[in-house]
Amino acid sequence: MPVMDRLKAISGSAAIVGVAESDRFGRTPDRGPMELHAEAGRNALADAGIDKSEVDGVFTSGGYSTYDIAEYMGIAPHFTDSTSVGGSSFVIHIAHAMAAIEAGYCEVALITYGQTGRSDRARGALNLYGVTPGLPNAQYEAPFGIIGPPIAYSMAANRYMHQYGEDRTREAMANVAVSTRKWANMNEKAHFYDTPMTFDEYHDSRWISWPFHLLDCCLVTDGGAAVVITSAERAKSTRKGGVAILGAAEGHDHAILHQMPDLTRTWGRNTGPQALEMAGVTHSDLDMAMIYDSFTYTVLVTLESLGFCGPGESPDFVANQRTAPGGDFALNTNGGGLSYAHPGSYGIFTVLEAVRQLRGETGERQLDDCKLAMAHGTGGLLSSTGTVVLGRE
Amino acid sequence: MADGYNKPIPIPQPESDYYWEGAKAGELRLRHCDDCNQAYFYPRNICPECGNNNTSWIVASGKAKVHTFAIVHRPPHPGFMDDLPYVPAIVELEEGPRMATQLINVTPEPEAISIDMQVKVVFESITDEISLPKFEPA
Repeated sequence: MPVMDRLKAISGSAAIVGVAESDRFGRTPDRGPMELHAEAGRNALADAGIDKSEVDGVFTSGGYSTYDIAEYMGIAPHFTDSTSVGGSSFVIHIAHAMAAIEAGYCEVALITYGQTGRSDRARGALNLYGVTPGLPNAQYEAPFGIIGPPIAYSMAANRYMHQYGEDRTREAMANVAVSTRKWANMNEKAHFYDTPMTFDEYHDSRWISWPFHLLDCCLVTDGGAAVVITSAERAKSTRKGGVAILGAAEGHDHAILHQMPDLTRTWGRNTGPQALEMAGVTHSDLDMAMIYDSFTYTVLVTLESLGFCGPGESPDFVANQRTAPGGDFALNTNGGGLSYAHPGSYGIFTVLEAVRQLRGETGERQLDDCKLAMAHGTGGLLSSTGTVVLGRE
Repeated sequence: MADGYNKPIPIPQPESDYYWEGAKAGELRLRHCDDCNQAYFYPRNICPECGNNNTSWIVASGKAKVHTFAIVHRPPHPGFMDDLPYVPAIVELEEGPRMATQLINVTPEPEAISIDMQVKVVFESITDEISLPKFEPA
């Protein structure tokens, strides 16, 4: 089990000093994923005011190993981490970067991400099938048509509906879809910046995999992102200063869907409490939460797992547009994977928005006096989670 | 191979060849840990509970109840285009373990299928080597 005293001792020892998307974002049919990694990496280093030659730790995932990306960018790191557990990987890398910096393995950590889910699909190059003969899903799930996240997550959502009520769950899913769209309408980088969503449009959207409508599902876009981390001491002399990493936790309890112990609880049940305790804060201290919204249901199950509310209570938690702009719980203020961007493994974007809100850089959607934020990624088929608590001052 | 079958086909592996031989013979075979005295799925030689190799095979009754399901309207793979809408499911076997499958001989509508409904295994032959364990209302 994690040793809390030792975790508390390194809370705040490292800070995020640079964040960025790639320049080309949304739809990039003429750009490959590696260029988006490198473009975002360059931008994040510029945001930090740190030269590429100073990067000595490299972290990546999503189809590439660190040596692929580091070679492309012309970096030869002393610390390398290609931890690959789906869309949460890039949040998990933050904990690893902090540990590596604290232990002395590196001083400047660069986490990069880039995928072209949208253009890959147009090219017919997207490998949605994930069928590797030696892996269990190829024998025990794929042959039955359980292929890809929408089907798996919709099966979990149906179990939730059975346990906690179909109608109230449906209303909650609609609330999440509509409130998230309202945030996207305030983010000019968002795919649906110019497009509002009504409740009727949600309910009328076509079925993808019942109980999921199209508007329960995240976007498929192109894009890259990157994060730069260094020691708290060194962060003071960076261009914008640091956003402190106060808590971080990770883990997973299964890989394929039918092995999930409880379809209505994710590993966030451990990472939420652990990250908050490490930071020495509670849920009510947070000014905002960024929760990976691969699907509307992912938000509901994650809010409960992280401990924001009890099992079966998230429909009440998100009721009446409580998580929309002006509501009293600021959630996914960039417009989320549902309405801002989702190139494939979205987790890193939860961190970008949390950092920007803490820095006061988000313009029209800026929260008042935002000092403490949670960013949370989920990967695989509700399989892995990574949670960080970030703070300013 | 059944004519035109273009969905993913399991390739038996060292720990699962006996399982697939059973399915072809009309038996749903489960691994059983003789130390824990419980069955588990999917087949592997080492018990995921205790980590021991003291494991054997049992033949399941084929009775189960639906743990969850979905109704797929957008194919995730070209092979399922002609099957829409179809009903992937997780069922809980009488012996305890849960497994992924597909429900057949059901009307693919939410009102026609219920979680906890009783189902039983049927084997659908897709190649000379492979039959898939699917489930239908008991």
